[in-house]
Amino acid sequence: MNQDTLAADTLAAVEFDELTRSSFILKGALVAGSVYGAAAVGPFVKTALAQTGGGDVEILNFALTLEYLETAFYVKGQTLDLSSEVMSVAKELADHEQQHVDALKATIEKLGGTPAAKPAFTFPITDQASFLKLAQTLEDTGVSAYNGAAPGIESKEVLGAAGSIVQIEARHAARIRLLNKVNPAPDAFDKALEKAAVLTAVKPLIKA
Amino acid sequence: MSDTNPERPTALEELAHDPGSRKEFLRKMGGGVAGASAFALFLAACGGDKKTGQGSTTQQTDTAMKEASGDLEIVNYALTLEYLEAAFYADVVGSGLFKGAQLDLIKIFGDHEQQHVDALKATAMKLGTPADKPNTKFQLDSAKSVLELAATVENLGSAAYLGQAGRIQNKEVLAAALSIHTVEARHASALNTLLGKSHTPDGAFAVPASMDEVLPQVQPFIVN
Repeated sequence: MNQDTLAADTLAAVEFDELTRSSFILKGALVAGSVYGAAAVGPFVKTALAQTGGGDVEILNFALTLEYLETAFYVKGQTLDLSSEVMSVAKELADHEQQHVDALKATIEKLGGTPAAKPAFTFPITDQASFLKLAQTLEDTGVSAYNGAAPGIESKEVLGAAGSIVQIEARHAARIRLLNKVNPAPDAFDKALEKAAVLTAVKPLIKA
Repeated sequence: MSDTNPERPTALEELAHDPGSRKEFLRKMGGGVAGASAFALFLAACGGDKKTGQGSTTQQTDTAMKEASGDLEIVNYALTLEYLEAAFYADVVGSGLFKGAQLDLIKIFGDHEQQHVDALKATAMKLGTPADKPNTKFQLDSAKSVLELAATVENLGSAAYLGQAGRIQNKEVLAAALSIHTVEARHASALNTLLGKSHTPDGAFAVPASMDEVLPQVQPFIVN
């Protein structure tokens, strides 16, 4: 099981070489973009970015928007004809995401910021298969979004909260992946996605 | 720092009972920051700030030194946990207790842990001296007890990474730790699910664990 060379390359991509790291992130963005097609970053992004004065509050509002989206997705999922196992997971995850929404809003207010407004969403899900497929994309993207944003967080307290949430997103991702009968942990290192790439990926789910 | 001393497990034992000896432990593990590589690192951290006065440079040097030392301690701690996990999965694969899809999954997880070992070792080398690989022993009685042990270790590992996130100074080291943290969480989630347990035992927010909480729990797996 000697993978010194491979792992060293992986590490370089994640950590030290800015150029390689950028292409690493780009690759992740392309994967995310390919799910819905590479849409341009539109007005929604400007709205999301215009909410705050930057810094931790901006990052938290970005996370809040994703958690709004996930909550709405799992609520919508519960209106579909799901097996009892999938229905119970949908309910549990909706509850977790709602708790993340509440916690992020409270943190933003504590920092003196204004929580982003909840957008209206549209989800192209019609049955259990399309629900689970999109759930997997959203959870995997959520993990990469938090991992990409977290190093930019200034407050140790906020970083701890983000870490506590991203671990749950990763657990969700693995749970959903098992329901889809695919590898719960496809890579040894979860990818980090930059905000613009994440917003591009989720933009088709935001109602104009 | 070139010693591969047999006292390491004793040191770990000591550490488990006396948090105050952690620094000494990590020194024994080969995690000291003394030496040319660390010197080069903090020089790099100070950047090309040549106009800075003598006193201020010393201060910056001290700060950079402290940061590099803290990150090395954390990276070596993570490396030790990953050594344990990699050895565990290698033993499990060799035990013949699993076949089919479960064996495939165990092999995948074991491969991830080995990649984490390699990555963390390379990171530790950039910061100073990597911790040595500990000698390990795991009780592998039945498929069920092994899966339970795997779940325990992965949940503990996830909590351990989360517990260090706020302590890491270098952003690149933090990014690497985060990218490993969520993979440990995926492992834990899958194993919990296979065992019919909740994939999120902490609920909506994962609970971190400190070094002082984690080390006593892994100590039984270290042998002389």
